Amino acid sequence: MTALIFLIFAGIAVFCGISLVAQTHPIASALSLIGVMGSLALLYLQLGGEFIAAAQMIVYAGAIMVLFVFVIMLLNAGAEATSRQIPLLNRYLGMLLLAAFLGLISFIIQAMLPKTEGVVFGAFMGGTAAAIGRKLFTVYLLPFEVTSVLILIAILGAIVLARREV
Amino acid sequence: MPTSVPISWYLILSAILFGLGVAGFIYRRNIITVFMSIELMLNAVNLTFITFSYTLKKVDGHIFSFFVMVVAAAEAAVGLAIILTVFKNRETLMIDDISSMKY
Repeated sequence: MTALIFLIFAGIAVFCGISLVAQTHPIASALSLIGVMGSLALLYLQLGGEFIAAAQMIVYAGAIMVLFVFVIMLLNAGAEATSRQIPLLNRYLGMLLLAAFLGLISFIIQAMLPKTEGVVFGAFMGGTAAAIGRKLFTVYLLPFEVTSVLILIAILGAIVLARREV
Repeated sequence: MPTSVPISWYLILSAILFGLGVAGFIYRRNIITVFMSIELMLNAVNLTFITFSYTLKKVDGHIFSFFVMVVAAAEAAVGLAIILTVFKNRETLMIDDISSMKY
């Protein structure tokens, strides 16, 4: 059952990833990216990451993608004009080389990884909000506080950049 | 059909998604789609973190991937503000036309 769910959602993720690269219209790419994020959230849930799965849906698929779609619609971005035509040979050679590279990576991962027992749903359930919160506010307290400064700087930067007279 | 999924399958899926992100980053010409390819790469890295967190039975990988999400949110806010400013000044989103800093 775990393998079946993994195969289904990995297939959806890879299909949506290819669709993101292949589509010419930005809105279609954005919807494909939401598909990737949704299926990845389910895989996180399978790996015992309840909190991260929820955060993935709320922060990524919710907030960030809404921002993307908002900007695409605000700028009225249409389909990509093919201003620079890539030669057909280069395009197919690139796809072939990417596939060969990924095959090589997969072989290396299979060969190098020590033999451990596979993933079964329910074997590790440490990713609850309580466990993550406890770790975040004890061991990782300094990075957490630095992150808040980062967010503040990002807000200020966005405001400065979006002013009228830049 | 095995009942348990090998760890390597998750890592291979992550590698495939990262490769697709790199391909989109190089191949696409629309600046917004290039930006979305970066988000795809960040997601692929998150999957690796969560997978190794499962293997080691520790929660630290989840926290790293949480920080990656926070940085991605900040990056999206600033990056989209930059895109808005570029479009206001140049009236285009194609990265081939925005090359005044190239040489």
